[in-house]
Amino acid sequence: MSKNPKSISIEKNTLIKVLNLISAYKYSFIMSLIFAAVSVALTLYAPIVIGRGVDLIIGSGKVDFDALLPILIRLGIVTALTAAAQWLMGIFNNRIAYGVVNDVRYKAFSKMQKLPLKFIDSVGYGDIISRITTDADQLSDGLILGFSQFFTGVATILGTLIFMFKINPIITAAVVVMTPLSFFVARFVSSHTYELFRQQTEIRSQITSLTEEIIGNQKPVRAFGYENEAQRRFDSINGKLQHVGMRAVFFSSLTNPSTRFVNNMVYATVGVAGAFAVLGSFGAGLALTVGELTCFLTYANQYTKPFNEISGVVTELQNAFASAKHLFDLIEEPPQLPDKPDARVLNDADGSVDIEDVSFSYRPDVPLIEGFNLNVRPGQRIAIVGPTGCGKTTFINLLMRFYDVTGGSIKVSGTDIRDITRDSLRGSFGMVLQDTWLKSDTIRNNIAYSKPDATDEEIIAAAKAAHAHSFIKRLPDGYDTVISENGENISQGQKQLLCIARVMLSLPPMLILDEATSSIDTRTEIRIQKAFEEMMRGRTSFIVAHRLSTICNADVILVMRDGHIIEQGSHSELMKLNGFYAELYNSQLGSAE
Amino acid sequence: MFKLIKYLRGYIKECIMAPLFKFLEACFELTVPVIMAHIIDTGIAGSDREYILKMCGLLVLMGILGLCSALTAQFFAAKAAYGFGTAVRRDMFKKINSLSMSQLDKFGASSLITRITGDINRAESGVNMFLRLFLRSPFIVIGAMAAALMLDARAAVVFLVAVPVMGLLIYILMHISVPFYKKAQTSLDRVSQITRENMTGVRVIRAFSRQGAEIENFSDANAELMSINEKVGSISALMNPLTYIVVNLAIAAVLWVGGIRVNVGGMQQGEVVAMVNYLTQILVAMLVLAQLIVTLTKAMASGTRIAEVLELQPDMPDNVADAEAADSCNTVLEFDNVSFEYSGSKEDALSGISFKLNRGQNIGIIGGTGSGKSTLVNLIPRFYDVTSGSVKIDGTDVRNMSFKQLRDKIGYVPQKASLLTGTIRENMRWRNEAADDSEIIEALKTAQAYDFIFEKDGLDTSVSQEGKNFSGGQRQRLTIARALVSSPEILILDDSSSALDLMTEARLRRALSTANPNMTQVIVSQRISTIRDADLILVLDDGSAVGIGTHKELLENCEIYREICATQIPEELTGTAAERISK
Repeated sequence: MSKNPKSISIEKNTLIKVLNLISAYKYSFIMSLIFAAVSVALTLYAPIVIGRGVDLIIGSGKVDFDALLPILIRLGIVTALTAAAQWLMGIFNNRIAYGVVNDVRYKAFSKMQKLPLKFIDSVGYGDIISRITTDADQLSDGLILGFSQFFTGVATILGTLIFMFKINPIITAAVVVMTPLSFFVARFVSSHTYELFRQQTEIRSQITSLTEEIIGNQKPVRAFGYENEAQRRFDSINGKLQHVGMRAVFFSSLTNPSTRFVNNMVYATVGVAGAFAVLGSFGAGLALTVGELTCFLTYANQYTKPFNEISGVVTELQNAFASAKHLFDLIEEPPQLPDKPDARVLNDADGSVDIEDVSFSYRPDVPLIEGFNLNVRPGQRIAIVGPTGCGKTTFINLLMRFYDVTGGSIKVSGTDIRDITRDSLRGSFGMVLQDTWLKSDTIRNNIAYSKPDATDEEIIAAAKAAHAHSFIKRLPDGYDTVISENGENISQGQKQLLCIARVMLSLPPMLILDEATSSIDTRTEIRIQKAFEEMMRGRTSFIVAHRLSTICNADVILVMRDGHIIEQGSHSELMKLNGFYAELYNSQLGSAE
Repeated sequence: MFKLIKYLRGYIKECIMAPLFKFLEACFELTVPVIMAHIIDTGIAGSDREYILKMCGLLVLMGILGLCSALTAQFFAAKAAYGFGTAVRRDMFKKINSLSMSQLDKFGASSLITRITGDINRAESGVNMFLRLFLRSPFIVIGAMAAALMLDARAAVVFLVAVPVMGLLIYILMHISVPFYKKAQTSLDRVSQITRENMTGVRVIRAFSRQGAEIENFSDANAELMSINEKVGSISALMNPLTYIVVNLAIAAVLWVGGIRVNVGGMQQGEVVAMVNYLTQILVAMLVLAQLIVTLTKAMASGTRIAEVLELQPDMPDNVADAEAADSCNTVLEFDNVSFEYSGSKEDALSGISFKLNRGQNIGIIGGTGSGKSTLVNLIPRFYDVTSGSVKIDGTDVRNMSFKQLRDKIGYVPQKASLLTGTIRENMRWRNEAADDSEIIEALKTAQAYDFIFEKDGLDTSVSQEGKNFSGGQRQRLTIARALVSSPEILILDDSSSALDLMTEARLRRALSTANPNMTQVIVSQRISTIRDADLILVLDDGSAVGIGTHKELLENCEIYREICATQIPEELTGTAAERISK
């Protein structure tokens, strides 16, 4: 988070929402405040006890041991209580901070499952992931720091002021006059280093992009002997970084010594004023004992410390609240329309699909699908053909009701899909997508994803039907092999087979197959094809087609271009039409055979 | 990390001065309690106001001196740290460019980028912190103990007990909590992983209506993270209270022992106060030290990752001398029974590949993903060395040539078409820094890239990172032009016209063969149409040549080639051809 701290201010709304979340931990919160107050009060009381002790050690032969012992015992008790209060405060703080983050993360994640895909697609995955992970973390860090330092810091400042004031108002006044100085110095330094840090960030990102370019393109770099030129460019940026970075770090590191210097000045002031007070220069009413002076000096130190820390804490809190805002924005995003209360539960789909005058677009100003009609009888095979980006995915999005149509209607088994529960609608389709998504879990659980209560026999039968059983058996742990997060322990083709097995297990009455085989070797492709054929038998299937054979056998071919269905019909009808499809077909046939 | 110390060699002065001035600062800070003791024992006890003012002046002076020392120390520390970082960064970049491709593969590009950026930054600030702060805490601790000893040796015994106890406490607490921090990190990774998985699989999850189960799954991981965090939190929350107890007990002890010493006249009241102050200073220094150790541990881990790269010796060193030209022969490129396996893999990526190409002949290489097409062409410019057999250019084994000699003969067009930030002219001058504009324009024309460049700013057209301001097809044509500048003998096209429509590709192929009829082309493609006219077609399957010959011959005698042809029609039909017709 290298943002300008000044540009982030804590929004009142966000603060209220964070407090709302904390209110679930009312009890812990109150306890935390009580223990914070107790520990600060006791911490401030300890110097008084120590001071009294010092006052008993006056000089040779004059030490009053009988009075000293109870004071030391008292110091011991105070210390034990302080430590206990500090620890308990820490525990309650942790409970609140981690509890709040756990809650907010859970809310965000659950919300994500209910958000319309339209939102998810438009914001992008990365953004949502970083809110649920990084932002939530930032919030927890901020809360911990806020609770443990902000409250105690403020309490310490107030407490020391009161105690010092009680001991000697004049010296206290001197201290109060001097303290803003340290705050001011810290402010001054940070505002002057901001520009240098900004430059450093910029140069660092230049270095990153250069290394990304050179390392990412090692082969051409080597082949063309570009190494020397690359090194020259790198050295020049690197040199700039050295110059700017050094100054940025030097200036920013001025903060600590400068504030320490201010503290020392405060200390000297207290020392001299205190010494004079002991000597009675301020009059008898304001006279101090040496013990009180010791105590005063300790206070002066404790009083200035929170000032030094507070600017860091405020930055951290601002970041935390900015993160909290990201999370709340996600949580408050309107969810998809809930299922209608009287929605039909579709558990006996006959396989008919009627698309009536459907129109749809992602953006209101750019019409995409318009006036789309199609009647699919049970068991028919529909192939969709067209160049990349022509809208094949859009069609799947509408069928599965990932997106709602803007006009017209889609009916499955005679019911508008908006009047069917989403779960039962989607359960009636088996979907194998180009993107072979698997969980990082065992192969068994991945296949059983569509039917968690499936028996081992059912799972193996599904794997056999998908031609996946033989390769699974050969894996070191068979069905218990865990697919790693990037899935690099099995090949792309094997993943595709597992996705097919996953659908094979539940075998719903309708299928959507995005037949992505371009990155798969010829032999696996033939096996996958066989698996597809078996699956499609007797089922209504929608196929994004890549293979000539699938297209020719399809009952209806939809030819799409730029989001429009420009032609539809069987292979022979379309050839007779002698339009776009025929042109495609002929031109290809000519060039490849 | 310690292996990187040599990079501080040029900064010996800074490395001594920074801690030295830090030490001075600590000394000045340590005098403060003593001065205060004098104020109490001499000034107050003797009612000497002038003395008190003098001592106050001394306090101010010490403050100023402390400030100056701190600034000097910080200046030297920053100078040394950034000098160190800059040198390490430069050497690492150089090292990366000298390692062999198989060595780079072992790290992976993203890991190397993290190392040269994030890790070096962390090590750099680690050095800075170390020089600036790490030594300060021990100075204060030892200095305060020494000062206490000088004040009164017997009372100082308390210090000798309290300080080790405090150190031990901090050590034990850190020792217990560090493994928990690792556990918490693993748990956090699991939460992130589930989140990521749910985003990328959002359609599948909804298709199977498994949202509820996913939420439950996440909730478990999330709750586990919370409980680990709470546990580790409650352990580290012990740090402050426990050290506080030790210090206050020590203060009580100092008061008692000090009381005895004062009573017998061995010590004065102010000196007892000074000792109490020293204990407080020690506490603060110890806590800072504990935090620093965590930061420095991270820097050390980064240092180790940096050293891993820097220590590697390139396993494919350059030949110092060029190989002598072999007797002029007509065979430009020859693969003689070449086998290759990637290090760490047990299976051959290529086995027993042989073919010969004469000057001006072209070879097409086709096969499924993972069949070894790119691997094969990678052997020609020696990105990798063969495991057995040999690759010869103009009759000379490529391993006997110098890199410069070898690569001057080759124009290479990678699979991933990307350009570097800069101008078109700069990008075109990779092979030959002195290439003039007419030569570049010639290459651009052959590569069918002239028209769209000259619609913009010609050779001065700027290129953004990776060449993202051009379309995929335009980038491919530009990388082809880059390879053509200063006429290479052999042109390697590694699936580098996949984004071109068929018409443009046909024009490109024609231009390539007419522009320089003597140039030998090695063309890798997934598309039959790209390679069907080549003089020789090599069909690869699982690393072996399953067919070699012309298009016609292969259609007759190569089963796999026929299969590929059969699957291609619909692919072309749905893909590029459609784009062509729609234009």
